[in-house]
Formats: sequence, C-alpha cells, structure tokens
Amino acid sequence: MPDIKDYKGQTPAWCPGCGNFGILRSLKRALVELGLEPHQVLVVSGIGQSGKTPHYMQCNTFNGLHGRTLPVATAARLANHEMVVIAEAGDGDCYGEGGNHFLHAMRRNPNITLLVHDNQIYGLTKGQASPTTAEGTVTKTQPFGVPSEQLNPVALAVAMDAGLVARSFVGDMEHLTEMMKAAIAHKGFALLDIFQPCVTFNKVNTYDWYRKRVKPVGEDYDPEDRLNAFETALIWGEEIPVGVLYRNPGRPAMEERFPVLAGTPLVKQPFDLETGRRAIDSLAL
Amino acid sequence: MDYSVKIGGEAGQGIQTVGGLLAEVAGTAGYHVFAHQDYESRVRGGHNFYQLRISTGRATSSREKVDIVVGLDKASLGLHKPELTERGIFILDAESLKMTGEAEGDPGLVHVPFERLAVEKGGSPIMANVVAVGAVMGMLGMDLSPLLDLLGARFRKKGEQVVRGNIDAARAGYDYAREKCPQCSFAPEKPVGPPKLVIDGVTAVGLGAVASGCKFYAAYPMTPSTGVLNTMAAHAKEYGIVVEQAEDEIAALQLALGASFGGVRAMTGSSGGGFALMAEGLALAGMTETPVVITIGMRPGPATGLPTRTEQGDLLFVMHAGHGEFPRVIFAPGTPEQAVLLTNKAFDLAEKYQIPAFVLFDQYLGDSQWTYEKMNTDTLVYTDYRVRGEEFRKLAQYKRHALTESGVSPLAVPGDAPHVVVTDSDEHDEEGHIIEDGGLRRKMVEKRVFRKWAHIAEEMKGPEPYGSEDPELLLAGWGSSCGVLREAVDALNARGTRAAMLCFTEIFPLPSGDWLDRLKAARRTVCVEMNATAQFSRYITMETGFTFNEIIKRYDGRPFSVGYVLGALDAGH
Ligand SMILES: Cc1ncc(C[n+]2csc(CCOP(=O)(O)OP(=O)(O)O)c2C)c(N)n1
Ligand code: SF4
Repeated sequence: MPDIKDYKGQTPAWCPGCGNFGILRSLKRALVELGLEPHQVLVVSGIGQSGKTPHYMQCNTFNGLHGRTLPVATAARLANHEMVVIAEAGDGDCYGEGGNHFLHAMRRNPNITLLVHDNQIYGLTKGQASPTTAEGTVTKTQPFGVPSEQLNPVALAVAMDAGLVARSFVGDMEHLTEMMKAAIAHKGFALLDIFQPCVTFNKVNTYDWYRKRVKPVGEDYDPEDRLNAFETALIWGEEIPVGVLYRNPGRPAMEERFPVLAGTPLVKQPFDLETGRRAIDSLAL
Repeated sequence: MDYSVKIGGEAGQGIQTVGGLLAEVAGTAGYHVFAHQDYESRVRGGHNFYQLRISTGRATSSREKVDIVVGLDKASLGLHKPELTERGIFILDAESLKMTGEAEGDPGLVHVPFERLAVEKGGSPIMANVVAVGAVMGMLGMDLSPLLDLLGARFRKKGEQVVRGNIDAARAGYDYAREKCPQCSFAPEKPVGPPKLVIDGVTAVGLGAVASGCKFYAAYPMTPSTGVLNTMAAHAKEYGIVVEQAEDEIAALQLALGASFGGVRAMTGSSGGGFALMAEGLALAGMTETPVVITIGMRPGPATGLPTRTEQGDLLFVMHAGHGEFPRVIFAPGTPEQAVLLTNKAFDLAEKYQIPAFVLFDQYLGDSQWTYEKMNTDTLVYTDYRVRGEEFRKLAQYKRHALTESGVSPLAVPGDAPHVVVTDSDEHDEEGHIIEDGGLRRKMVEKRVFRKWAHIAEEMKGPEPYGSEDPELLLAGWGSSCGVLREAVDALNARGTRAAMLCFTEIFPLPSGDWLDRLKAARRTVCVEMNATAQFSRYITMETGFTFNEIIKRYDGRPFSVGYVLGALDAGH
C-alpha cells in the first residue's frame, strides 16, 4: 500500500499561507487513498505557481509550457491508457493561454483529470487579472478595472457536456480530497476547479471571502440532471455551490474511440524492422 | 522513348483523376514516370494542370515541351498549345466545350467527344475522364490492357456493371483516338523492367514514418502537408497508429510531445505557417529532451503566401526557430525514396539523441510522383533507444537528465518501473526537478548543447557528387531541386560542358566530407535554390566561409525546370 511519505518531494517555494499548499496535501492524500503508487501517476503541469506542484511531490512529471498542459496530458494518456494522468493548471494557464485546448479537451473526453488552481489572479507574474477575475477589479495592469466579463469555467464545462464538472475550496480539505478522488475515478475528462486563495496578490477572494460563500450541493442534488447543473453552475455571489455539479457517465472516453487502443496500450505494442520493411513493400506492387 | 503529357483544366474537373490514372497505368506497364502538379488555392474553377513524363529511362523532372495536351477547359488551348512539341497533339472535347469551330482544320488539334462516348459506351457522363485516359493511351500507341486491369480492380466493389461501363468507356476513347488521329505517329517502345510503384513525396514521408514505428501523429490540416496526415490515417489501423487532428498547430506539437514522453514514437507535420505556431513547443522539446519528428511542407510565404505553390523558403526559419539554444537536425529529401529513408533517419536520430528532427519538403516534391521498381529498404533502421520494461525495473536508481559523458541521458518510459520519470521546461537538475542554480544550468547546457552536438554532427552524410569528376561547372542545390539539377548536369555534359552537381539532403548540422574541397576546386560554382534570399548559400557561407560564384534563384512559386536552369546558366547570372 502506498504511504503519504512515498509522495514526499522538494520543499515548496510558495508564499506562506498560499492556497496551493492545500491542493498539494489533498492531492497526495487522494492518491494514497486511491491506492496509487507514485510511478503509476503522471502529473502534467503548465507554468505558474500551480505548475510547480508536481515538483513538490513524487510522481512522473511533465512540467511543460504555459497553457499547454492539456494536449500533453491527453496524448500521454493515449500513449499509455493504463497510466493515471492528472493535468494541473492555473486559471490564467488553463482558461487564458490554454483556452482553446480546454474547449477541445472537453470535446475529446480523454480519461484525464484537470485540476485548476483557481486563485482568480495571475500569481507568478505578480497580480494581473486572469479570466476568472471579477469584472471591474482594479490591478496594476488594469487600473480602470477589468473591462471584460468574468469567465465561468464550470458553466462552460456543463455547456460543453464535459464528463465530470466539480468545484471545491482548499479551505475544506476533506471536501477537496473527496472531489479529487471522484475526478480521478471518473472515466473520461473531469474538471475540478479549485478555489485557491493567493494571499499575496488577490485581496478580494480571500479564505474568508470563499469560506463565507461556498456551500456544498446537498445529498439530494442530482449531478446527472444537466439543465439543473447548468443553473447551479450559474449561481455566483453570496452563495457559491461546490461539489460535483455535473456528471455524464454515458460519454465514451477518447481512448475508447480508437480501434488500435482497444487492447494493449500503444506503448506496449511491438514494432520491429521487419514490420517497417513490410509497410514499404506492401505498397510496392 | 520519353513522352510528356499535360492535362489542363479547372479545379474539380478531374485533372488529377486523368493524370493519376495515366501515371499509375504507365507505372504498372513498366515505364518510368515523373509527374508534377500545379494548382490554385481553390476547390473549383481557376486553371490547374498535371504534367507527366512517360519514359523508358529514369525521369526526375518535368520537360518544358509536351507531346500531348488534354484540355479539359477552354483556357487550356491558349495556355498550353504553345507548349506543344512540333508534332504535338492537343486533345479536347470540342462538343461539350462548344469549341467545334477551333477544332476544325488544325491537324494539331484532335476532337474526342469524351462526354458523348462516356454516355453512349460507358453509360454515364462521369466516365468522361476514363475516355480521356483511353484516348491519350491510344494516341501514344500504348497497350490498353493495364488500364482495363486497373479499372477492373478499382471498381470491383461497385459491381459488374460499373466495371463494364468503365472498361467500355476506356476502349471507346482508345479506339476513337486511334481512328481519328492517323497523324498521331507516336511510336512507343516497350517498357523496360517490371511494373513500378508510383509514389509522391507526401505519401513517402508518411510511409517513412509508418516504417519507422511512428505510433502517434497529430496535425492540423495545411497544404501541402495534409497528405502526410491522410497517409498516416490510412495506415493507422494496420500499423497501430493513433492519428489525431489537433485544434491548432500549437496543440499538434504538444500532443506529439505528450505521446513521446508517454513512450511512443511521435510526429507532427505542417507547413511554414503552422510551424510558426510551434516554435515555443520546439524549444520545449529541446529543453525536455523529448524526441519528436516534425515534417514541414514548404510553400511560399510569408504568412499564407501562395498556398498551393512551391518554395524553399523556410530553411533558415526552421534552423533558427525556437527560443534559446538546443540541438536539432534537418533533412531535406530530393526524391520520394529519400523521403522514406530520411524520415526514417529523422526518427532514429530524434530518439537516439532525444532531439527534434525535421523533414523539410516543398509542394513540388510533396505533389510530384516518381516510379520505383522497389523501394530501397536496406538502409532502413529501427532501434528502440528507450529504457523500458524489465530493463527499467532492474535499475537501482533513475535520473531522467543524468549528466553523462555522451550528453545523452537514459530516456525511460514512465510507469514501467517504480522509478519516476520527471522533466521540466524550466532548467532542471539530473532528476528533472526545477532549479535556479547557475552552476548546474551551465552543466546542463553543456550536456544538451555541446556534448550531444558533437556526436550528432558525425551522423550527417554529405552529398554524393554526380557528373564530371573534374567539373568546370559545379551546381549545388538542396532538397527537391535535385532531380532537375541531375538532368541539367546530364544536358550540360552532353553539350560538352564538364559539369557536376552536389545535392544536399542532410542539411543541418552541416555534414563534413570532401564536398567543400570539390567546391573550392571548381572554376564556376552555382547555387540553385528556390527562394529570394539564397538561404542555403548563406548557410554554407556562414558555416564554412565559402561563397558561390553565382546564385540561381526562383521565387515565383513555380518549380525549377531543366530549361530554366540551363537558361539562367547561359545568361551567366
Ligand atoms: C507563453 C507565455 N506567456 C507568458 C508567460 C508568463 N507567465 C508565467 S505564469 C503566468 C500566469 C500565471 O497565472 P496563473 O496561470 O493563473 O497561475 P498562478 O501563478 O496564479 O498559479 C504567465 C502569464 C509564460 N511563461 N509563457
Ligand atoms: S503569489 Fe499567490 S499563488 Fe503564488 S505562491 Fe504566492 S500566494 Fe500562492
């Protein structure tokens, strides 16, 4: 059985009190509780404070470029569909620079889990607005207030019929860990948008701000009712619902759509020089 | 025997069907074929052509003059009649083009009612193309049976009636042409050698990838590289390949990198414009030492330029793309066979040295068709350089970016052992974890850039000299113009000029060898390339200090021909 110590990595270089610590701890816990060994897991990340997460734990890691987490994660999963693949991204990373990939990952429905460290601000580049920053918020870069409407990732995901759409908050690690487990266990694309206060640059969306607002969906909430899920995803203000907001268990995962992936993972399918020669000779008359 | 046939017409009229059928039939019959295509960036209308050479000897370029033109539109007459040889024949369906007036009284103009014969004999107007193919074969005096066999095989699935109709249509065109054109005195020689395979450059690149164990291909469509995507998709099932159409070129390369990190050989392809979007990902491949093959079908730029035409305009871009410093290799095949073998070499070196490897072609090579009796598979290689399975499990410890003597660190397949595989786009330590340390950064650069580089350079082969051993005129070129240069050299020697050529296909890093001595020894050196700024010539100067006496450039989007090169040489450029 894996132990939390197996996942011990480098010492994080985040600001003291950063919400990312809660994500790191919950992720390790979720993986251990799911009985996964570090080498069975691949975490792909982008650039930003969120992107550093896999360095602070122990697992296979591809820490790539800003916004490019999802295509790398998708193809790694196609190469080896026995590997648990988790994509970690920031809100700027995933919804800004990587917006197109986000849309298409939902269309493709690969069996990967996307954890978005949503602090509603750019952390690493020091406090510019992100797509999830509220309209009107004043920053150094947006001195007259953010002129664009705030992106609602969960509503967008429900509209795209994503496999699983969930939201959580680092202030409730119990809930966060459960949500991570549900997302990883889901067959198909799972989005988990995580409220992660940036204590240095976001003076609006603080621990207190989130704590006052987040409200888990009730026991009787039916995440498979899409219209209701959409309505729930639109709620934002004094009350912000968290939990599994939407689930479509019926959509086949991307890898199920490729006949060549029906049996052995691609990475284990043999190839040799003879096959290469045959490929050429078969074209010759 | 060496005949040239041109099919001219609007996009969507079946130029490619007629030309492609002729090429295939001639190849099957045992002739050598060379074909090239010229088309506009539109799906219907405009004016396009397909030109093929049917020859008993090896053909590696198109001729200026043609023996037969099949004009499928009105514009063809004005455009292509002047290109006919003295005894050349222009075939047209004057009835359906409503050009019966023009077709009268000109012995060089032969009317064949493609459409009427198709309806009367074949049963459907869509068989007009087959009538045209039959007519050309009749005029050339070729044996019709290979065409009948081919039609039988092609339409078998559609039933007896469709096969019959096509065969009757082909025969009708053939008989009509033979009967109505007594002045057609083309005397075909019997083909030499066995049936030949007809293959174009784009298919060859794809085939080279399939034959190299490529298991993952992601791309976003862009002419002229789309054919590679189609080829990979066509072979996906049989050879176990995942082919994915990406949302953009940025994703295409990232997908390839993800698959490669996951443990399989991966490739992406685009044209210059799409590759422009991949520059950041290219640097990521360099930093994370993730093997990847990128094929680029060049077309005139900048931006989207002339989308369907040809240019060798992206060499220096590809050479320098990406931020920062990292090794890469660039190949530029000159023939479909080289496209297969160099794509194979690209896969081998990409994985051996964990670097990005490029296969550069251009629209001209991509869409050109050549014949081969058998593709050369002797030099094909396949070595799995990855640490996987049992071998990986047996390691006491594993460091993805270990500092090694050779500069090459072990590339392990994640998941196969209790060790983890870690890499990072930021500078990293031997384990792959992010660092800021200046000393370690230095060591990593030295490993990635210098130590590996020395070994990679040794893998590159210089050009095989062709032509006179003691040339007074030495032509140099790269990639797709090799075929034209070879025939230009033959023509020069035939008229008494001692000429030779050096055609580079392994471009970057620059191979060593005696080619530089040959250049220095020749009296007149001319670099021939299809761009406005003499990129290859500048590259040679940059690396060696050698400068060519003259440069022949072409940048109107049209390919070189032997006549163009000879004319430019005579003009003393
Ligand atoms: C192509 C590119 N553009 C810009 C950057 C600079 N950059 C680094 S992190 C970042 C934004 C980080 O914000 P977010 O994704 O929300 O992550 P956080 O740091 O808040 O976790 C940017 C713009 C980059 N690395 N690459
Ligand atoms: S800047 Fe914000 S997001 Fe980044 S480490 Fe500090 S608190 Fe966390």
